[in-house]
Amino acid sequence: GAELWVWFQPTVTDVDKAWKELSNILSGIFCASLNFIDSTNTVTPTASFKPLGLANGTDHHLLRYAVLPREVVCTENLTPWKKLLPCGSKAGLAVLLKAERLFHSSYHSQAVHIRPICRDASCLAVSWELRQTLTVVFDTFSSGQGKKDWSLFKMFSRTLTDACPLASQSKVYVDISPKNKEKELLEVTPTPASVYEAIVQGDKRTYAVYDLLSPSLFNTSRSLNVQLKWKRPQDTELPTPVLHAQRYVSGYGLQTGEISTLIYNTHPYRAFPVILLETVPWYLRLYVHTLTIITKGKENKPSYIHYQPAQDRRRPHLLEMLIQLPANSVTKITIQFERALLKWTEYTPDPNHGFYVSSSVLSALVPSVIAMKDVDVEQSPLFTSLFPSSDGSSYFVRLYTEPLLVNLPTPDFSMPYNVICLTCTVVAVCYGSFYNLLTRTFHVEEPSRGGLAKRLANIIRKFRGVPPL
Amino acid sequence: MPPPSPEADAALRPLQDVSLGALTMYVVPETSSLLPQGISVYVGKHRGALVRAGGGLAALRTRLRQLTQVMSFTASSIAAALSDRVPDGQLGPDARRHLKSSLGYEITFSLLNPDPKSHVVDWDIEDAVNRYVQPVLDKLSLVANFSVDSQILYYAVLGVTPRFDKESSSFLLSAHSLPHVINPVEARLGSSAASLYPVLNFLLYVPERSHSPLYIQDKDGAPVSTNAFHSPRWGGIMVYNVEAPAPPQASLPLHVDVDMVRVMEVFLAQLRLLFGLSREELPPEFLLESPGSEGLADWELDRLLWAHTVENIATVSTTLTSLAQLLDKIGNIVIKDDVASEVYRAVASAQSAMAKLATGHLHSAFQASKEAVTSSERAFFDPSLLHLLYFPDDQKFAIYIPLFLPMAVPILLSLAKIVRETRQRKKEPTKMD
Repeated sequence: GAELWVWFQPTVTDVDKAWKELSNILSGIFCASLNFIDSTNTVTPTASFKPLGLANGTDHHLLRYAVLPREVVCTENLTPWKKLLPCGSKAGLAVLLKAERLFHSSYHSQAVHIRPICRDASCLAVSWELRQTLTVVFDTFSSGQGKKDWSLFKMFSRTLTDACPLASQSKVYVDISPKNKEKELLEVTPTPASVYEAIVQGDKRTYAVYDLLSPSLFNTSRSLNVQLKWKRPQDTELPTPVLHAQRYVSGYGLQTGEISTLIYNTHPYRAFPVILLETVPWYLRLYVHTLTIITKGKENKPSYIHYQPAQDRRRPHLLEMLIQLPANSVTKITIQFERALLKWTEYTPDPNHGFYVSSSVLSALVPSVIAMKDVDVEQSPLFTSLFPSSDGSSYFVRLYTEPLLVNLPTPDFSMPYNVICLTCTVVAVCYGSFYNLLTRTFHVEEPSRGGLAKRLANIIRKFRGVPPL
Repeated sequence: MPPPSPEADAALRPLQDVSLGALTMYVVPETSSLLPQGISVYVGKHRGALVRAGGGLAALRTRLRQLTQVMSFTASSIAAALSDRVPDGQLGPDARRHLKSSLGYEITFSLLNPDPKSHVVDWDIEDAVNRYVQPVLDKLSLVANFSVDSQILYYAVLGVTPRFDKESSSFLLSAHSLPHVINPVEARLGSSAASLYPVLNFLLYVPERSHSPLYIQDKDGAPVSTNAFHSPRWGGIMVYNVEAPAPPQASLPLHVDVDMVRVMEVFLAQLRLLFGLSREELPPEFLLESPGSEGLADWELDRLLWAHTVENIATVSTTLTSLAQLLDKIGNIVIKDDVASEVYRAVASAQSAMAKLATGHLHSAFQASKEAVTSSERAFFDPSLLHLLYFPDDQKFAIYIPLFLPMAVPILLSLAKIVRETRQRKKEPTKMD
């Protein structure tokens, strides 16, 4: 899906009009069908989505959030995204981003963030920071004949040759964290010039750093092809993240159903709160009195609930809750709904595919197992923006659950044609028979000598010796 | 001592009628020293002119007529404003395509640097716009709303590879390859994504180190002095060569500070040409006062307003005629009340604009024509007039024929039988056995 959220400045008088104009303009710039954002899928969250960067007021009436769950990312979105980069795809790291390899992957996501930041340490002037992120999950296991080795050339079918001349920093980080303190599990070529250690999401990680701007990198070869080889087959036990969630629809039939969200907290001893934001379209009529939150068999009452009911064809449901997750637990949130019958022009051309419900958003400050030290923004801009943490003990995480696909009761669209045919047939048959009976005139008919068939039959009978007709 | 024509003009200004469209001409004696030698007409930068009498009344009348044609409109300038509606043959091959009349224009200044490894280009565009461009736009604010922005594009190359010329040891872009230059760059400019108004692009291109210096050739093969060209209704491109080619051992990238005065001179001249404010076809005895930092004289603004007013009225009539034709074609369109009131308002405004034009009140005529265009566009593009909302006639046939045709067939057959029987009965009484 596509997600757009905007904090408007306090000087904007008509926020809805500005929101509509902005979504239309962004739709044109990014070729992303964001013009389908209207009041039926826009909500105003109160607790999630705090403003990034320097922010003055937090009047949540200036915030708008919309999700289009049916949108798919494709090449037409990648091209304007690349156009925003100063060097485009001609120099630097962006030469790797060719569409035919990037979309040959299991997961693809791109984002653009704009926020105001201090121009320098004294913070006397405000600058605008544009941050573009691209997340791709390549499945080298299935495409690499069963080996988990990868290289830049295998993934992108090209290598890095130089850095963008306009960049002040151009680095490649490769995660070479040893698992369980074992060394020599994997090997990275070419040998990295430096190694960077950071605590990312509660885990100590080691990164090999390739700095494209340092002149020594391209001394030995003209191009940089980072390769990773596994020395020993690695056991496939991946650590589960501290916070993860699932969502699904249950129920039977086309009248009612139930949305269930499962939130897992795998931290061994710390409990922490999480904000859940759910946006459900108006045609699934939620029954808020059936909302239950159960943790470890007991009911869990949220400390903050904000619910805005839907208005048919005007506004979706908005449900925001602050839930405390105990340590090492599973929390199940269920709410029942009823499916509405839409007007016949409101169905999409393929109504039996189903209607999408956008994913819900979980925002949390997850406590980290290892204490993190404060890192300066100047030294590692990548890590402070990707893995932000305000204090050393917890880090901020925003999770998205799966979108749902729900079937709505669909009428039979061929009925008007059937009705016309049936009515016309009945009328024609009934009316025709009555009319015939009423207006038939009878007159006597003389026996004729017989037509051609009778004469032929008589000739054959004469041959057989049977009396004629 | 230079003749005091500018001071005379300035001194006479309080006596003049300063409303838009009005012109005041002062006839001075033949021997007067107000005008320099050999000049018989001096056109001021406001709405006044000094004419030297001499050579008889007929010569004076000719001079006054020429002056009126220069300072106000002519038949050909009005026809050029309507050039979109006049068939091509009538106007002649040189009919200029000036910018269409619009409620606003967006001006974008772009710096194209195809070789950021060799050149680091700095331009102080904000200061240049405030100092040089803003006074001109303030003068033109009567005509339309203007908004200005700027951008820097890297790795943007021109679509044509220039030829190397051995004699001048420079690269040349020939005149016939210029139309191909714009297309590949246009995709990077991102101009029309975010604006309602037509966009004017002014590009400053700093050629790559391997293609320096680059000159534009005109049709005769000589390099153009300003090294710039413009495309009607689109904008202009100027090539800025890095001076003093550095020795090959100089450390790259070279720092380039753009001389904004030279650049803005060219861009403002191109802006005037795009709007159709060119100064040419003047008899040799005319002298025009330079308008200074404002960029255009008051009477040039009047010329623009005359042309735009006429074009607006023509647009209104075309739009409303198309609407009327649409209503003729689809008989059952429902016209909402607000659409109808917009149409009435458009017609009334257009009529008042024409009446005011006839009496010469240019300012109110222009405002009325702008209102007429806005109302007619609002009426014509109203979403309730969509063609597909109404049932076409063949759908009605498709629904009613399967019902009525089977019923109609026996009725028609029996009618035919009745007619046959009455005709037979009429014949029978005559056959009496």
